[in-house]
Amino acid sequence: MKHLDEDSQGAVGRSPPRRDGAAKVTGRAKYLDDLTFPGQLWGRTVRSTVARGRIKSIEFDPAFDWTGIVRVTAADIPGENVVALIVDDQPCLAAGEIRHAEEPIALLAGDDRERLEEALRHVRVEVEALDPVLDPLASQKEFKKYRIEHHAEALPEAFAKAYRIVEGTYRVRHQEQMYIEPNAVAALPRPDGGVTIHGSLQCPFYVHRALQRLLKLDESQIAVIQTVTGGGFGGKEDYPSVIAGHAALLARKSGRPVKMVYKRDEDVAATTKRHPAVVKHRTAVAEDGTLLGCEIDIVMDGGAYCTLSPVVASRGVLHAGGPYRWPAARIDCRVVATNTPPNGAFRGFGVPQTMFAIEAHMERIAAELRLDPLELRRRNALDLGDVTPTGQELNWSVAAHEVLDAAVARSDWHRKREEYARPGDGGSKRRGIGISLAHHGAGFTGSGEVKLKARAGVELTERGCRVLAISTEIGQGTETIFAQMAADGLGVPVDAVEVGVPDTSRMPDSGPTVASRTCMVVGGTIASAARALQAALAGYAAERYAAKAQTVACRGGIFTAGDRALAPFEVVARQYLDERGPLRFIEQYTHPPGIEWNEESYRGDAYPCYAWAATVVEVEVDLDTCEVQVLRVTQACDVGRAIHPVLAAGQIEGGTVQALGYALLEEQFYKDGRVVNTRLQNYLIPTSLDAPPIDAVLVEDPYPHGPYGAKGLGELPMDGPAPAVLAAVLHATGALVPELPITPERLMERLR
Amino acid sequence: MNVTSVRSLAEAYGVLARKPPGLRVLAGGTDLMVQINARVGIEGIRHVLDIWRLGELRGITLASASGSGPSPAEPAPPLRDGMLRLGALTTYSELMRSPLVREKLPALALVSREVGAWAIQNRGTIGGNVCNASPAGDTLPLLIAADARFVLGGPRGERTVAADAFFVGYRKTAMDADELLLRVDVPVLGRLVYRKVGTRRAQSISKTLIAVRARAREGLLFDVRVGAGCVAPVPLRCRTAEAALEGKALDEAALAAARAGLDADIVPIDDVRSTAVYRRRVSGIVLERLVRSLSP
Amino acid sequence: MKLALTVNGQARGVDVPPLKRLLDVLREDLGLTGAKEGCGEGECGACSVVVDGQLVNSCLVPACQVEGSSVLTVEGIAPAGKLSPVQRAFVERGGAQCGICTPGMIVAAQCFVEARAAATDAAVREALAGNLCRCTGYQKIIESVQIAAAGDPGDAVARCGPVQMPPGAGP
Repeated sequence: MKHLDEDSQGAVGRSPPRRDGAAKVTGRAKYLDDLTFPGQLWGRTVRSTVARGRIKSIEFDPAFDWTGIVRVTAADIPGENVVALIVDDQPCLAAGEIRHAEEPIALLAGDDRERLEEALRHVRVEVEALDPVLDPLASQKEFKKYRIEHHAEALPEAFAKAYRIVEGTYRVRHQEQMYIEPNAVAALPRPDGGVTIHGSLQCPFYVHRALQRLLKLDESQIAVIQTVTGGGFGGKEDYPSVIAGHAALLARKSGRPVKMVYKRDEDVAATTKRHPAVVKHRTAVAEDGTLLGCEIDIVMDGGAYCTLSPVVASRGVLHAGGPYRWPAARIDCRVVATNTPPNGAFRGFGVPQTMFAIEAHMERIAAELRLDPLELRRRNALDLGDVTPTGQELNWSVAAHEVLDAAVARSDWHRKREEYARPGDGGSKRRGIGISLAHHGAGFTGSGEVKLKARAGVELTERGCRVLAISTEIGQGTETIFAQMAADGLGVPVDAVEVGVPDTSRMPDSGPTVASRTCMVVGGTIASAARALQAALAGYAAERYAAKAQTVACRGGIFTAGDRALAPFEVVARQYLDERGPLRFIEQYTHPPGIEWNEESYRGDAYPCYAWAATVVEVEVDLDTCEVQVLRVTQACDVGRAIHPVLAAGQIEGGTVQALGYALLEEQFYKDGRVVNTRLQNYLIPTSLDAPPIDAVLVEDPYPHGPYGAKGLGELPMDGPAPAVLAAVLHATGALVPELPITPERLMERLR
Repeated sequence: MNVTSVRSLAEAYGVLARKPPGLRVLAGGTDLMVQINARVGIEGIRHVLDIWRLGELRGITLASASGSGPSPAEPAPPLRDGMLRLGALTTYSELMRSPLVREKLPALALVSREVGAWAIQNRGTIGGNVCNASPAGDTLPLLIAADARFVLGGPRGERTVAADAFFVGYRKTAMDADELLLRVDVPVLGRLVYRKVGTRRAQSISKTLIAVRARAREGLLFDVRVGAGCVAPVPLRCRTAEAALEGKALDEAALAAARAGLDADIVPIDDVRSTAVYRRRVSGIVLERLVRSLSP
Repeated sequence: MKLALTVNGQARGVDVPPLKRLLDVLREDLGLTGAKEGCGEGECGACSVVVDGQLVNSCLVPACQVEGSSVLTVEGIAPAGKLSPVQRAFVERGGAQCGICTPGMIVAAQCFVEARAAATDAAVREALAGNLCRCTGYQKIIESVQIAAAGDPGDAVARCGPVQMPPGAGP
């Protein structure tokens, strides 16, 4: 483990109690639905019941008493009828065409929820139904296509010389984020004609940008403020622009605050999900298991509108070869349209899909060549100095072998691998143990961070500083780690740091809370700004206290010059503020030197660095019923540096159980393009009894350009467990189930 | 919806005697409140009779072996170790904790533990499970296999219906509109075993649930009953399976015949939880394991 | 209907429709927004409260059934400004992330800890199986409860009955 120059004498690397913890455990934390706005109306949405069609008319039943009920259709939109994101294809309210079931058509608001419910039944939308396209493999409409080629001209020879060519097709399905707090926003009209949005959301500036165009407002007329958010996982990345737009339209029309809080079934039926995918692998392998070349073909289902599909597909294709060395590769990925509700962001963002496929395929290769799956991975795992399929040379922080070593040691892998392979005693239960290796690029893909120009910083307060960033706390611990990094940068105790509420009218745009970037990109920027603030104050203190500027620093809340204590921070801060006024440092993120990416050729450094994870899953299969019980998971993650070890372990544990749900339990059924199972009773996420004990192992291979060496962690733990489950089930039963979820029904089919 | 909360059976019968249209009975709320919250199929509900405070419907007792059915004209079931009497408002938690149930009918205590989770077990009742008559009701295959009898009461008097005659159609029971379930009587006889194959390890609706009751004597099985859930529109008594085992020794031929019998009795379907193929196969395997476990 | 009940030790009175969910009575009529709605069907447990010594899903309890009852919500677990041992363990141990499941989880955990059952991994998981969490993977929740159970239980506020049957009972 390497050590860096920045020393962390303070909060970083420790696990102070999370700052929002007390409020959350006492029930004092206020989520959107806990808030009441004077004069508020409730908002509801009229939605399409068919997957595709043309709207012929929208009729509000004249026999119903509409007094006090506000009605909005696309005709009421003052600006552009669009949910601005990447491609302007999604309307805020459907006007002519219906492209998916649950597509919003009209909006109602009223002060009585019962009456509103009744009113919904009195809106008649006449639709001429058209035949929907529901199978992505039959879709003629492509949102985006990528091809990555790496010494592709060498592929024919690689396949010709291969000891074996291994083929496999893998299929993954929709997954619903199932945050326990459904989508919720409130829109408050302002005297200046603008609007203030309070909401459960991840990316306030996405909503801010979208509303400017929808409502034809200037940026100063809109404020988007995040309330305490009960889970996001990507499901509140882009979707809030839709629901906030709806609430804002109703607020504008009624002149009153409008609250929209989805019930669970509406949220599941209408909002974004993980993109399903079908991934085909064709691999040339040498006799000793060395990977010689691959052809990978990925088709992802984007649903009816583009939303984030180009970026999901991008991340998916960039990780599709897995954490391995490929002498030659051709990787194709296209994301296509179907007449289903649009899919969007979900933790992992394309990687859980393609990583499942490559890791499942590695198990197939191991099985066909009779190689040990661990050794196969060790033989091919990327190492320092290796080159990825986009031609990126990995110059730092590559820990594939370290995480494998850690997971193998902690899980008692070798002994169990051998023990579980022995013939059983004739009982119906069989155990198995399986492993996977995964990697995950931190920060936005390619030129994303460059284009974003994320800005964040700190401003001086009397006790310490206030962190300025729009990054949101959604449970992962943003507030706490920002405070730790700002505190250490400034040289004050961690509770001397405040973290500003994410409010677009007060905070700089540090970018969306996605892409495993919040700690590495934004945290790093904050740490740097905090050091700049310390330096500025140190210079000021040096003057005031007649010390040599270079010797002055702040540690533990005291300014010192060498051995001489000068003054407590509060004293210096007070003096500065009185004499010179406010002081703030906002910095802009820049990539470390040498990061180059070419968007056109799709070659170069896709991410500044990668995080690595090895996951070992132990299962017991009941052969009578093919039920798979996960006994234990060990996931070793290289995070560069754990800013807050408890929070970091929390990300690993939480991501693991979400991935176990993806692997075994969670399946969204559709009929005629509509989601069938829209409730927690019939879309199953793991309970505490389904979740096993999880051994989260933090490995630190510092990234030299990350704050204190930290890299991204939020999504990585989602990538490894599902294929490790496949591998464990294969070990226990001999059956390779090449699709998710691995239900007892599917396993039983394979075993018959 | 009108709501009447009653505190005595007499009061409840008073409401029932008026035969209010669209009447639904509310006990612990774990079924009806879900429906009302979801606004599904509630157009027909006009009057809710809240019986949660009816002390007369609570309590677990053991009637002695010399007791008989409520009406002398009705043949008493073969009583060996008495009759367990479970008030209709007995919750799953109460079933789990009751020393009488744990001793005399432990399978019922165990299956109660597999219903929902702690908070549901505190409010869900055996009466609700029976009257809801879902083919997925977890206690129902056990009650059928145990020869349970449901004691119904109303303004016109009381009567008893055997469990295997009670479920007359999909979510339809033999109860009249002016009747309440008062009590579930279960003869204590032989051993009752079951297995619930659910969708996950808690809060799960069954994919299939098989219950078997039998008395083993000198290597043969008697009074064999097989109940099955989630494999027909009603909780099912599997008579063909029973016939293959009644009075037989537990050999491979009998087991094979029992599985074939079960296969003939059940009509599983595909749905969001599982497939017909899976249910069929697993039901047979589970039946075999259960029957083997009964062998002396 | 007029309803008189005790909530967190205080006598309260409301006038609500008889089928109004206890969850809504707490949140709207009594200003206690700790209990949350995550599903409206008794699956997620985010609405968990204690009624007359029983852990229940308040989204399934109608107002007409709590006349005269004693209700405990997350707000009543500890006096203002203080944390119970369970709450403190959650804060220190990482048992709460986004926090939306936390009020219900705390109430269920409080019931478990007060029952003084052996806090094995399996027993804690079973006690909390009706409280869904999407963030933590449950690991630190289980650890938090075990830590709280190992120490001084603090004041009994839930007064719940015993927890589920201990393992090994039955055939």
